[in-house]
Amino acid sequence: MALTRITSPHTHRALGTGQVMRTVVMATLPGLAVLTYFFGVGTLHNVLLASAVCMGFEAAVMAVRGRPVLFYLRDCSALVTGVLLGLALPPYCPWWLVVVGSFCAIVLAKQLYGGMGFNPFNPAMVAYVILLISFPLQMSQWAAPSDIGGHTPGVLEALKQIWAGSSIDGYTAATPLDTVKQNSSLMLDSVYLQDPVLAAGSFAGAGWEWVNLAFLAGGAYLLYRRIFTWHAPVSMLAALALMAIIFYDGGSSNSGGSVLFHLFSGATMLGAFFIVTDPVSSAVSNRGRLIYGASIGVLIYVIRIWGNYPDAIAFAVLLMNFAAPFIDYYTVPRTYGHKKSQRATKKADL
Amino acid sequence: MTELAVILLSAILVNNFVLVQFLGLCPFMGVSNKLETAIGMASATTFVLTLASICSYLIATWVLQPLGLEYMRTISFILVIAVVVQLAKMFIEKTSPLLYRVLGVFLPLITTNCAVLGVALQNTQKAHNFMESTLFGFGAALGFSLVLILFSAMRERLAVADVPLPFKGAAIGMITAGLMSLAFMGFGGLV
Repeated sequence: MALTRITSPHTHRALGTGQVMRTVVMATLPGLAVLTYFFGVGTLHNVLLASAVCMGFEAAVMAVRGRPVLFYLRDCSALVTGVLLGLALPPYCPWWLVVVGSFCAIVLAKQLYGGMGFNPFNPAMVAYVILLISFPLQMSQWAAPSDIGGHTPGVLEALKQIWAGSSIDGYTAATPLDTVKQNSSLMLDSVYLQDPVLAAGSFAGAGWEWVNLAFLAGGAYLLYRRIFTWHAPVSMLAALALMAIIFYDGGSSNSGGSVLFHLFSGATMLGAFFIVTDPVSSAVSNRGRLIYGASIGVLIYVIRIWGNYPDAIAFAVLLMNFAAPFIDYYTVPRTYGHKKSQRATKKADL
Repeated sequence: MTELAVILLSAILVNNFVLVQFLGLCPFMGVSNKLETAIGMASATTFVLTLASICSYLIATWVLQPLGLEYMRTISFILVIAVVVQLAKMFIEKTSPLLYRVLGVFLPLITTNCAVLGVALQNTQKAHNFMESTLFGFGAALGFSLVLILFSAMRERLAVADVPLPFKGAAIGMITAGLMSLAFMGFGGLV
């Protein structure tokens, strides 16, 4: 037996892009599993279809541009976009919605800007916003969670709906965020008692609290693996919580809902750990990320409570993607050995 | 007080002149290549827009209405705006010759910035009083400045991106502006 002696330094290999992306996909699995448990196979189908179509569009664009197709597919960034888009879309939405969304994400939001690493906006969120504005009816039907006695379609029934377009009116339910937003006359306590989804849950609606806890677990795993720093997600959640505390008036009919409600309902945790942490479209420095995340948190609350839409992760993220280069410009970190921060290139003499 | 805040918020975000009403697109695309020039253009436009909305309000209320000359509104507003722009041009030329040189042709072009005329016309359409007109003009200018400055920071980054050849330059700028306009639809319903 050869006893090889390993000497220091014991350096680790840097994570490659493909490895990072595959870890992110792994981390979404608990959330995907919980979504499938509560809402049936719809989300699973969305994720599979969106991933396949996204990879297909990526390969097509790469072939058209004369780049090595397999090399770019192997970094799995299109797969991550597809998975995130599939998770965000409502379960049992028609197949063409997924295809149109994948086209917008990969071709419009990513490849037109030069592909991986150049897209100023998060591709999945661009696709979500385009779909939400263009097809509001299909995008606002969310299935009822299974444990309030709702009927969850089986595989065959689900496939028939998605591919043959039969209606899913029979088993949709208003999401908790929607219920609280539409409420204008009842005290919050009575809303919690009357709405079936909220009544069956313990603090943020049946199913939804578990979905968010699962995404929180996935996010914690990514933080543990140091895929991203804590700055953006933590500051986003803190800002959202702070806004909810400031404007929570004890549960009147005008109340926006409690802190727990905002943190664990809708897409909060998916947004905080999988969307806001996008390394390409967010701010770069730690200080920049704190500002970026906090602004997203504030915008989410503002649009959720006073805007037209019940959830606002996608809009808030796009708006701050838009501001991220500006934030970067004014939060250049100090380099080691310098007293003040300096730009790599000198300013134009203005 | 609340009403004035609503007017300001509406002009800056909800009815943003560039991204929601699509007015003032020429300076938005033309002067957004560098952040520093964009900041200069933004301050010049803010100055002109606020002053022009005040002047056009005064002309509309104290000259056109008493004389029954409302049908002369558009042409007199254009005249007022041209005068204000000339004033701003002289002011910048004396105070910051460098900024004057950088802004170049775009400074006189504020005259034809449709946002300026748009603000003046919308003020009379919505029957704003003096304070409201001023705030509306100022808010419109702030909204214009906000998106112009953010957009220019983004375009500096796009300039070095590996954009496919047919989409380089203004084309990708237009697509970006479209996506930003989508994002701004999220503000709908705020006021």
